[in-house]
Amino acid sequence: MMEPGLYQLLFISIALFFIGVYGFFTRRNLITMLMSVELVLNSVNLNFIAFNKYLWPGKMDGLFFTVFVIAIAAAEAAVAIAIIINLYRSHQSIDVENAEELKY
Amino acid sequence: MNSSFYIALIPLLPLAGFILLGLFGRSFFKNSSGIIGTLFLLVSAVLAVYVAYDYFSVSATIRPREIAFTYTWLQFSDTLSIDMGVMLDPISVMMLVVVTFVSLMVHIYSLGYMKGEERYPAYYAFLGLFTFSMLGLVMSSNLFQIYIFWELVGVSSFLLIGFYYNKPSAVAAAKKAFIVTRFADLGFLIGILVLSWYSGTLDFNTLIARLTSPESDQLKSAVTSSFLGLSGLTWALLLIFMGGAGKSAMFPLHIWLPDAMEGPTPVSALIHAATMVVAGVYLVARLFPVFAISDPAALEVVAWVGAVSAVIAAVIACTQTDIKRVLAYSTMSQIGFMMFALGVSKYGGEAGLGYTASMFHLFTHAMFKALLFLGAGAVIHYVHSNEMKDMGGLRKYLPITHVTFLVACLAIAGIPPFAGFFSKEEILLAAHENNPAIYWIALITSGLTAFYMFRLYFSIFWNKPAHLHGEKHGEGGFAMMLPLILLGVGAAGAGFIPFGKYVSTDGSPLESHIDIGISALPVALGVAGIVAAMWLYLKPNNRSEKLAASLSGLYKAAYNKFYIDELYLFITKKVLFNLVGRPAAWFDRNVVDGLVNLTGNTTEAVSGGIRKLQSGKVQQYAIYFLGGVIVLAVLFIYVWK
Amino acid sequence: MNLLLLIGIPLVAALAVLASRNAKQVRWISLTGATVQLIASFALLFTFKAERAAGNTAQMLFEQKYALFPAWHINFHLGVDGISVAMILLTSFVLVAGVLVSWNVEKMTKEFYFLLVLLALGAYGFFISLDLFILFFFLEISVIPKYLLIGIWGSGKKEYSANKLALMLMGGSALILVGMLGLYFEGGRSFDLLKLSQMNLDTSTQHILFPLLFAGFGVFTALFPFHTWVPDGHSSAPTAGSMFLAGISMKLGGYGCLRVATYLLPEGAKEYANIIIILSAIAILYGAFATMMQKDLKYINAYSSVSHVGFSLLGIGMLTQTAMTGAVMQMVSHGVMTALFFAVIGMIYDRTHTRMVADMGGLMKVMPFVATVFFIVGLCSLGLPGLSGFVAEMTVFVGSWENADAFHRIATVAAAMSIVVTAVYILRAVGQTVMGPIKNEYTQLKDANWNEKLAAILLLAGILAIGIAPFWLNDLLKPGIELIMQKLASVK
Repeated sequence: MMEPGLYQLLFISIALFFIGVYGFFTRRNLITMLMSVELVLNSVNLNFIAFNKYLWPGKMDGLFFTVFVIAIAAAEAAVAIAIIINLYRSHQSIDVENAEELKY
Repeated sequence: MNSSFYIALIPLLPLAGFILLGLFGRSFFKNSSGIIGTLFLLVSAVLAVYVAYDYFSVSATIRPREIAFTYTWLQFSDTLSIDMGVMLDPISVMMLVVVTFVSLMVHIYSLGYMKGEERYPAYYAFLGLFTFSMLGLVMSSNLFQIYIFWELVGVSSFLLIGFYYNKPSAVAAAKKAFIVTRFADLGFLIGILVLSWYSGTLDFNTLIARLTSPESDQLKSAVTSSFLGLSGLTWALLLIFMGGAGKSAMFPLHIWLPDAMEGPTPVSALIHAATMVVAGVYLVARLFPVFAISDPAALEVVAWVGAVSAVIAAVIACTQTDIKRVLAYSTMSQIGFMMFALGVSKYGGEAGLGYTASMFHLFTHAMFKALLFLGAGAVIHYVHSNEMKDMGGLRKYLPITHVTFLVACLAIAGIPPFAGFFSKEEILLAAHENNPAIYWIALITSGLTAFYMFRLYFSIFWNKPAHLHGEKHGEGGFAMMLPLILLGVGAAGAGFIPFGKYVSTDGSPLESHIDIGISALPVALGVAGIVAAMWLYLKPNNRSEKLAASLSGLYKAAYNKFYIDELYLFITKKVLFNLVGRPAAWFDRNVVDGLVNLTGNTTEAVSGGIRKLQSGKVQQYAIYFLGGVIVLAVLFIYVWK
Repeated sequence: MNLLLLIGIPLVAALAVLASRNAKQVRWISLTGATVQLIASFALLFTFKAERAAGNTAQMLFEQKYALFPAWHINFHLGVDGISVAMILLTSFVLVAGVLVSWNVEKMTKEFYFLLVLLALGAYGFFISLDLFILFFFLEISVIPKYLLIGIWGSGKKEYSANKLALMLMGGSALILVGMLGLYFEGGRSFDLLKLSQMNLDTSTQHILFPLLFAGFGVFTALFPFHTWVPDGHSSAPTAGSMFLAGISMKLGGYGCLRVATYLLPEGAKEYANIIIILSAIAILYGAFATMMQKDLKYINAYSSVSHVGFSLLGIGMLTQTAMTGAVMQMVSHGVMTALFFAVIGMIYDRTHTRMVADMGGLMKVMPFVATVFFIVGLCSLGLPGLSGFVAEMTVFVGSWENADAFHRIATVAAAMSIVVTAVYILRAVGQTVMGPIKNEYTQLKDANWNEKLAAILLLAGILAIGIAPFWLNDLLKPGIELIMQKLASVK
């Protein structure tokens, strides 16, 4: 099988990014929004790996960053889900429209 | 003179009484506080008499303005300081005796009069405070010291007028007295500032020395500087005199004195007849060399204010029906006599007769006016009313009061040989020699004096037969009668003291001046006044009503005190409150504070607009964010390159 | 004496309050701390006097200096002169009294006392700082507790008042900060007060910086027209809050006007002196007239504070030794007096549950102690000799009169007229509350209890100590004022 080139990888990454952004803007369900954010993060991960491999093949920085991002994304997901659960408990819903009053 | 210790005790003992009774009176000396206060004052009075004896008899010549001791109380600057000191000169020693003696009489009298009062200890505490302040005032060696005690007597007067504090009229009278005199004190204060600025000192001795020697730079600068057409010195003296006029109830600052009669009667005798109200006279006398030598124009003002007050008060006194108010106006009139006596006097030798006469009258007046008030107190105590119409025919029920009251009336009317005759003759003589216009005013006033005093006397003790409802208690105990008798002796005999020998402008003794030619007219007028009063008031009749009706305009004006109170009320209530106070308060709430709130409200309005962006919709924020990123990207890529 | 003690004691007390378990402990800890602080202040006074008597003529005594940020020349620099000693004594008196009158605060007692002590801590730090940076730091420390004290424990429209007060004071602080930074950069990168006083800044700089600093501190001390936080703040604050606000906090401003603005920028002071005089004369008279129309006791005292504090500013504006001494005396005197005034108003309010003058009457009958104290403090306010107000006002008058031109004379006479208006409103308030016939609903009221009595007696002692024997205060202040005068005399 043909090894994917930089452009293919970047194309997928961009696609993932915009799918995530689109999902984030349009979905009302907080869980779905969280998933969209994960997509955005993963598109970034893909970028890191692609640039690392094709531009500075001798270095490991991109890989490290990816690992960091994954770790932080996990933590973020934990916090976000905790918030969502709390929201559900108080509002019986995880619709983002109902979270508006958090601004006060 | 190494006697400062016991001299200082004279004012400090009443102060000690005030502190003791004020702090512990209610809890420990509920019933004995009167005795305690009286004992303190007795010691004080004995010491004062001893000081006077020592001062007048030991040395051959009279020592002017001797400083017993001073202590620097507050150093303002290199030249100006308030020194608390004791100054002995003939008038301060004379005043020491007067104040302690009258105060002692009042203390004793109150043992009977105020017995059973709920605030008995407080009463004696206030009396102590007053006596302390008054003694401090007369012994002052420093212009500012006199001001300090001046204010303190003012507050003691406030406390005592408002002694029956749950009576609204008493509270109002106390407030009025304080505020009117306070207004006058403003003049006094500014006068002190002006005078101290020119003379560069607050100490009386230095001040008088500097402002009376024509060569001194201080006097030159004070006389040459001018403001609104008057010299600096005239301004200073007039302003100081304003303070004196306020305290001494001179026209037009007299309105507080009649109302002050709301206080207990012994207090009226002490404060509003014998001692505090003459403080203004004392103040002018204290600065008399400066007035007489350096600024006769200011002295002229003093003379006319005194004369006008004397005659106005006498006219009003003829119409009042509250016996204490009659006495109050009579006090004002007599103080007017003292004032213009100073005003017509000159400095030095025989020309200084007016000064001596004024001080002499102050002395005799203290005796007979205190006596009149205490007598009136006994009457009020007996009939429980201040109004003349509730009295009459009391001579059988109150024999001692009757006799002593008669003595006092004869004294104030100037009938020989009672005390008032001698002092008033000297005043009239001084006026006769220096200012004929004032002399004639004074003559008329002294005729009126005899008339209204005997109107009072006949209305109380003669006129209609007594109608007493039910209880017939005695005249009041020994405590109330003893002061009457002692003061009666004073009122009858004080005139024989060779006063001119001790008190004169420059220290050289003056001979007594009783000249039959001059005396005949005032005595005749006095007798005429008495006869007129007898004709109108000895028996119940309607002559007085007819007379009043025939003089209706004048009578009505005098009865309403020439509407001066109303004028003041108009100025304070209408003008000051409505035109100054209310706008000031409104301006503060609406303009100044309005600006502050406007700042706040503007900020709030602006932020309210911005706040709309903060919608709480997470996705909206995300779009703003994205938009921002895109804009920045475009900027970076195409504009800033 | 180690000046760190003065901020150490309140700090320890504040921490101990936080650590304590119940309201009773809190009260006693605060009282102990305040009392120890009072003793320390007296110790400071006596050691200070002893040092001076022993011939130590240094400008500041008991100096200490620790580097905080050496790179920026910021030091923790402490020291006192007579003026600061007087102010520290004042603060201690008010602190003890404030703790005592708050004895019955039930709501969040611990937090209340913590904030009180914190406020005092700020004031102490302010008065002993010789470095503008820490001076400003302590000034800010004293602002926040006021906001909370009014906002939480206040009455009436407390949120509004708390906001207004905090915002106006913060606005003042902002001006001070700008002025301070100006001094820092123009004065050779130093915040040190003593160093800055040696500098001769050029005239134009002084003319720019002086109004910033003076107006900034002026907001704190109710300089007209920045005084409107005073009536609202006082009327909403709890009793102790009002006492601190008027007794201490307003004095921070006066002290700053004198020590920072006037002392460091003498040319600016001379340039703007006439404006200060006009503003303060307006404040004195207009404050007095506005007071005359107030109906609420706290408003009466708040407006009368504006009027009285005007004397301090007038004294500073007159630029003579005597007037400035009078100005500082007025700060001390007014601090004690107004604290007592608010304390008494609080006592009356606690019992009658109204502050409206017209609703009261004859309280002398049921609470003679409170009524007597109220009367005495009223007399002090109207300047009766023997009480502190008289001494201070007369000193200001005599000092003002030393300026011989018509402008200064007219301003002095205008200010002097206020003594009559003061008499009117004080007697009106006193006459209607403690005198007159008593209302039926008040016949069962109780007189002051022990803590209130103790507080009142303490403050009364302060009033009398100044009023009867003013010479000690005069001597204490003299060298400090002389230095300021020398600085003023050294420039045109």
